[in-house]
Amino acid sequence: MPTVAPLDLESHCIATAWLNDIPHFALADGVVHRLDNGHKWAEVHDGLLAACPDVDHARLITGGEDGRVAALAADGTVETLAEIGRKWVTSVAAGPQGTVGFAVGRNAYVRFADGKQREFQHPRSVEGIAFAPKGMRLAVARYNGATLHFPATDGKPTELEWAGAHTGITFSPDGKFLVTTMQENALHGWKLADGKHMRMAGYPGKVKSFSWSAKGKWLATSGAPAAIVWPFQAKDGPMGKAPLELGTRGDTMVTQVCCHPTEEIVAIGYADGMILAGRFADQKEVLLRRQGKGAITAMAWDDDGRRLAFGSETGESGVVDIAG
Amino acid sequence: MSDAQTETPSETTPNQIPVTVLTGYLGSGKTTLLNRILTEDHGKRYAVIVNEFGEIGIDNDLIVESDEEIYEMNNGCVCCTVRGDLVRVVEGLTRRPGRFDAIVVETTGLADPAPVAQTFFMDDDVRAKTRLDAVVALVDAKHLPLRLKDSNEAEDQIAFADVVIVNKTDLVTPEELAAVEATIRAINPMARIHRAERAGVSLTEVLDRGAFDLKRVLDNDPHFLDHDDPDHVCGPDCDHDHHHHDHGHDHDHGHGHHDHAHDHGAASPIHDAGVKSLSLRGGEMDPKKFFPWIEKTTQMDGPSILRLKGIIAFPDDPDRFVVQGVHMIIEGDHQRPWRDDEKRETRLVFIGRDLDTERLQRTFEACQA
Repeated sequence: MPTVAPLDLESHCIATAWLNDIPHFALADGVVHRLDNGHKWAEVHDGLLAACPDVDHARLITGGEDGRVAALAADGTVETLAEIGRKWVTSVAAGPQGTVGFAVGRNAYVRFADGKQREFQHPRSVEGIAFAPKGMRLAVARYNGATLHFPATDGKPTELEWAGAHTGITFSPDGKFLVTTMQENALHGWKLADGKHMRMAGYPGKVKSFSWSAKGKWLATSGAPAAIVWPFQAKDGPMGKAPLELGTRGDTMVTQVCCHPTEEIVAIGYADGMILAGRFADQKEVLLRRQGKGAITAMAWDDDGRRLAFGSETGESGVVDIAG
Repeated sequence: MSDAQTETPSETTPNQIPVTVLTGYLGSGKTTLLNRILTEDHGKRYAVIVNEFGEIGIDNDLIVESDEEIYEMNNGCVCCTVRGDLVRVVEGLTRRPGRFDAIVVETTGLADPAPVAQTFFMDDDVRAKTRLDAVVALVDAKHLPLRLKDSNEAEDQIAFADVVIVNKTDLVTPEELAAVEATIRAINPMARIHRAERAGVSLTEVLDRGAFDLKRVLDNDPHFLDHDDPDHVCGPDCDHDHHHHDHGHDHDHGHGHHDHAHDHGAASPIHDAGVKSLSLRGGEMDPKKFFPWIEKTTQMDGPSILRLKGIIAFPDDPDRFVVQGVHMIIEGDHQRPWRDDEKRETRLVFIGRDLDTERLQRTFEACQA
C-alpha cells in the first residue's frame, strides 16, 4: 500500500524535484523547502515563477519575479546565475554541460557553465523554452510557432510555423519530435526530420502539464478529466492513432502528469488534490493520495521510481512511497 | 471557438480578484491616475500591470512590466483574441494571493480594449481567479477631436468603456468641453462620464464599479438609456448607483425618453460615426423568441458588437433579467425583482461598428411577447 508523508506548506507549489535524492518543493513565494533529515528551506527569490532540476539532478534552476536566475544546491546554497533587472523570469530550462536557459519578455537567454551568456531576441514573447536532449539546441515556444536556436554556433535559427499561441514546449527524449502546448485546448507537434505537423486536439481544457514516459514511447498530458497519453513509438508519432485515457474521473480535471522513470506508469494529479497511478498496458489504477484542499500543481519521481514528491496550489505537499 | 458563449450566471466568489482596465492615449493622464491609485490612502493594495515602468516613479514590487501580446486563436476568430501576456502575468500574480486586493491593467495608448476584456472571459484559468470590474477610458479634452480623426482606437476605447474620464478640462473652453462630451455620448451612451483636471477624479468612480457583474450592472440606474441626452454628464459627485440623486443637476429631463429605437450616430460634428450605438426599447419579451434571437445576433454580429447591455422583462417573471456582452461573449442572469414603481419594459443597448440597426430593431421587435 502506498503511504503519504505529508508536508504542509504555505504557498502554491511551482515545482518539485529530487536533488541528490532529497525531495525539494519550490513555492511561488520564493522559498524552496526540502526534506533532508527534517524540514529545511532556503529563500531563493521574492516570488518564484519557474523551476526545474539540472540534468544531473544536483541543482534546482529557478527564475523569479525579482529578475534573477538562481541555482540551488541540495545543501541549500544559492548561487545567482543571472540578473536581468526588474522583469519577470517566466521560464527556465536546464541543458547539457551545465547550460541554463531562461526567458524574460521577448528574449531568451542561454548561460553557459563558464558564465558566458547569449541573448536571442524575438518579435513576440518567449512563452516556453526547452533544450534538446542531445547537442546544443534551444527551442522557444512563441506566437505562431516555435524557433530553434543553436547557441554554441552563429547558425541561423530554424523557424517552425503553426498559427496560434504556443505556450509550453518539449522535445521527445530521442530528439525526433518537438511538441508545444497552446493557448487553445490543443497540442501541436513537429517531426523535426521533415517538419511534418501533428495536431493533437480535442481537450476540454488547456494542456498545462506534459511528461514523456520511459524511453519516450508515450507523451502523457493534462487538460482533460483523464490523463491523455499519446503514442510516440511509430516513426510518424501519434498521427492517425488514438491516445490512451487513463484515470478517467467524471467530476474533476487532471492538472498534472508525471511518468515513472522506468515503468510504463503515469502519476496523475487532479484539481481536487487526488493522485492516482495509471498503468498503460492494462489501464489499471492505484490510489496514491486522497483528495486534498487544492489542485495538484507539481510532481516528480525519484530516480528509482519508488517515491513521488508532490505539491499543490494550496501548499499541501508531501512524498508518496509506493512500496509503503 | 467561434460559437457564441452563453455563460452561466457569473458567480462572483470572494476569491475572484477584481481587475480594472485603464485605457487612454499617451498624454491622457493614465500615469497620473495610476500614481494616485498606487499612493493614495484608500485602504486597498493594487497590483498594476504596465507596459513600461518608465513613467511611474514609484518603486513597488507589485508593479509588473509586461509586453502587450495580442494572441489570436488558430480559428482566426476576433472574439477569441486574448492578451497572452495577461494570461501569464495574472496566473503568476494569483499564485500569491493575499499580497493585493485588486489588479489594474494599463494598456498602451493605441490598444484595442477588446482582447484585454476578452482575456477575462475566454481564458478558463484567468476567469477562475479574477473578474473584470470595469474598463476605464481616459481622454484628453483638448486632443480628443484630433485623436478621433486619426484613428479607430480612440473611438474603440470610448465605445468599450464603462467609465470615461474627460481629463484636462482646464485646457478647453466650456463650449469645447460640451462638444467633447456630446461626442463621447454619441459613441457610448452607457458609460459614466466624469470631468477631471490632472486626473483628479474620485477613485471610487474608477475602482470597484462592478460593471460586468450581472448583480450590479444597470442596477438602480433609472437613467440607463437616457444617457444619450447631450446634457447629461456626471459631475464630481454624481453616482448612479445611488437611489437618491441629491446632487446638483436634474436627471429627470423629459426628452430622450423615446419609446422607439434610435441611433445615436450622427450627434456630433467632430465624430463621423464609425462606432454607433443602438438603443432598443420594448415591452415584455417572449423568452422562447428572445433567447434564440440574442444568441444568433451575438453569433452573427459578434465581430461588430463592441459592448451590449440590457434589462429584459419576461411575462410572469417577477425578476429583472440582465444581460451584458463583449463581442460574441454574452452573459445573462436574473438580477432582482421588479419594483412596483418600475415600468416592466425591455431596454437593450448595442455599441458597435457597422451595426445593421434596421435588422436589429426589426428582429428585436419580433421577440416581444
